[in-house]
Amino acid sequence: MWDEAEFAFALLVSGLAIGLMYSLIALGFVLIYKATDAINFAQGEFVMLAGFMATTALAAHMPIWAAIAVAVLGMILLSFVLERTVLRPLLGRPVVAVIMATIGLAAILRGLPPITIGAQTKALPLPIGDDPITVWTAVIPPVQVVGVIVSVGFLAVFTWFFLKSRMGIAMRAVADNQQVAMAMGINVERYFAIAWAMAGVVSALGGIIWGSMLGVDTQLSLIGLKVFPVVILGGLDSIVGAVVGGLIVGVVESIAAGYLDPYVGGGTKDFAPYVLMILTLMFKPYGLFGTHRIERV
Amino acid sequence: MLHRESGVFKTSYAADMALYPLPIARWTVAAVLVIFAVVLPLSLHEYYLSIINLVLIAIVGALGLNILVGYTGQISVGHAAFMSVGAYTAANLAVHLHLPFWVTLPAGGLMAALIGAIVGIPSLRIKGLYLAIATLASQLIIEWVINHTPAISGGAQASIEVPRPTVFGVELKSQGELYFFLLAFAVAAVVATLNIVRSRIGRAFVAIRDQDIAAEIIGINIFRYKLLSFAISSFYAGVCGVLYTYYFGIANYEAFQIVVSIDYLAMIIIGGLGSVLGTIFGAIFVTMLPIAIRILVETFGGYFWDTAALSAVAASMRLIIFGLLIIFFLVVEPEGLNRLWRNIRNYFRVWPFSY
Repeated sequence: MWDEAEFAFALLVSGLAIGLMYSLIALGFVLIYKATDAINFAQGEFVMLAGFMATTALAAHMPIWAAIAVAVLGMILLSFVLERTVLRPLLGRPVVAVIMATIGLAAILRGLPPITIGAQTKALPLPIGDDPITVWTAVIPPVQVVGVIVSVGFLAVFTWFFLKSRMGIAMRAVADNQQVAMAMGINVERYFAIAWAMAGVVSALGGIIWGSMLGVDTQLSLIGLKVFPVVILGGLDSIVGAVVGGLIVGVVESIAAGYLDPYVGGGTKDFAPYVLMILTLMFKPYGLFGTHRIERV
Repeated sequence: MLHRESGVFKTSYAADMALYPLPIARWTVAAVLVIFAVVLPLSLHEYYLSIINLVLIAIVGALGLNILVGYTGQISVGHAAFMSVGAYTAANLAVHLHLPFWVTLPAGGLMAALIGAIVGIPSLRIKGLYLAIATLASQLIIEWVINHTPAISGGAQASIEVPRPTVFGVELKSQGELYFFLLAFAVAAVVATLNIVRSRIGRAFVAIRDQDIAAEIIGINIFRYKLLSFAISSFYAGVCGVLYTYYFGIANYEAFQIVVSIDYLAMIIIGGLGSVLGTIFGAIFVTMLPIAIRILVETFGGYFWDTAALSAVAASMRLIIFGLLIIFFLVVEPEGLNRLWRNIRNYFRVWPFSY
């Protein structure tokens, strides 16, 4: 009985920690959707690319803080360019077109690193030591602690930003109704660019943290597939939803892996979140915190 | 292309909805059929026929996806998963029950249609982005289930070897023999699609695509037609998967991963959403492109990259060029190659007078 509880506790804690790291990536997705109504199927590729930027900077003998800065600035720049060249021409087109365009974008971004800097896995060491933190029976690697801190930090900052700051309120207005926002004197295009830049920053930090945990190669972009269960569960346009969704997905994944893997021969981790997601879509399509949309002819 | 359309006056709705809009279209179709049935197989080498065979299979699958995405407006990122359902159904029936292809092929298609209809159920409540994500999930779930169920996937490698199909006592071994086999299915798929889209069902699909709430108000049972669209589309996908299985002689889940779904989306976007001719263009283009890229990279890539890494470079180049093409067509020419073809035709229609 006691063993059971210890096992369950370890699974729960590692699930929560991994879950918050999923939230970090999902935040980038939610930010773009909330502000611009665009759906980014290339979020995983953004994260991967940020990792590649950081490792390339490290390989050029830059210190770690400079590498992080390179990744953040690089992602902001990339987001600006992509918003201008790919997303803006698609404004007002059916949602299917935007989805396809970002799928195409994902393909391009996944193809770029192997032909430019090579496909082999690169290490991205962060100066935080290797000693895991032990809480009762749960063992958490230090990278995940950093991930948890960064996610919670972003949650706080973005919650404040969207509720209190002038810019955040303007951004919500843009998301709600672009035409009315324009009539109120809000520069819609500028806010689109800002939203993409913010998502770029989130992706950059996500890429550095995930990259230092898993190593940087094109496989890192598969993290992007985990974003969907998280945002569907939490609600596509909710910052809190991204965090809560991430926690739930992390815990479900870790518990499913702990209890079911012995029976089905492994891999439950990659399976359980999607079942959860399908169930959410069937019974609560707008997620836990998402805004209901009423459609009219 | 080189014919005039004057003097054609339609006096009934039946004439307006006819399969051939112009009398001369019959002759065009006949000429194209003669080229495909006689000229190509007699004149081309085995290698080129093997490429054309791949195109023919792709046409079947892409038509199915276009019925769903182009005509009904329901996006699906899980087309390849339905192909794998068809492929493994047929492979298991052929290997364990020794059934001939004319049983396994419809069985594979029907199984895929059933699974497709189940995946389509959420489409009543969700649409657009949510549906894209739901179909993405079903792709990953189906892939996982097949890979983790030895009873379906036939063991550790998740691949089943399939005997060659036999038609009228002839075992189809060479590419030339397979060509006629596949051509029959591609033609059947094209004709069936043309007939579906001009019938009551097709009109209902288009109404749902354009405004599904309005469609419901004018009396279209959206639930039924959305499921029907998913089922038809998955049936095509299943048949396509079975054809792949017979073509390669093996059913392997790696041939039906999410990348393949994206290839098929690329086909219908590049070709033209909601157009049968465009689908054919797209299938040809997307099947030939990787071959062209591979040849180019093998010829000129040695100057830029290690010779050992060239196959990986070709794969990456393929991803990049596909992505660029998808974005290019979405931004610049949303109606795809079909539109370009129509522009060319319209230009020549009044040539040499520009007005």
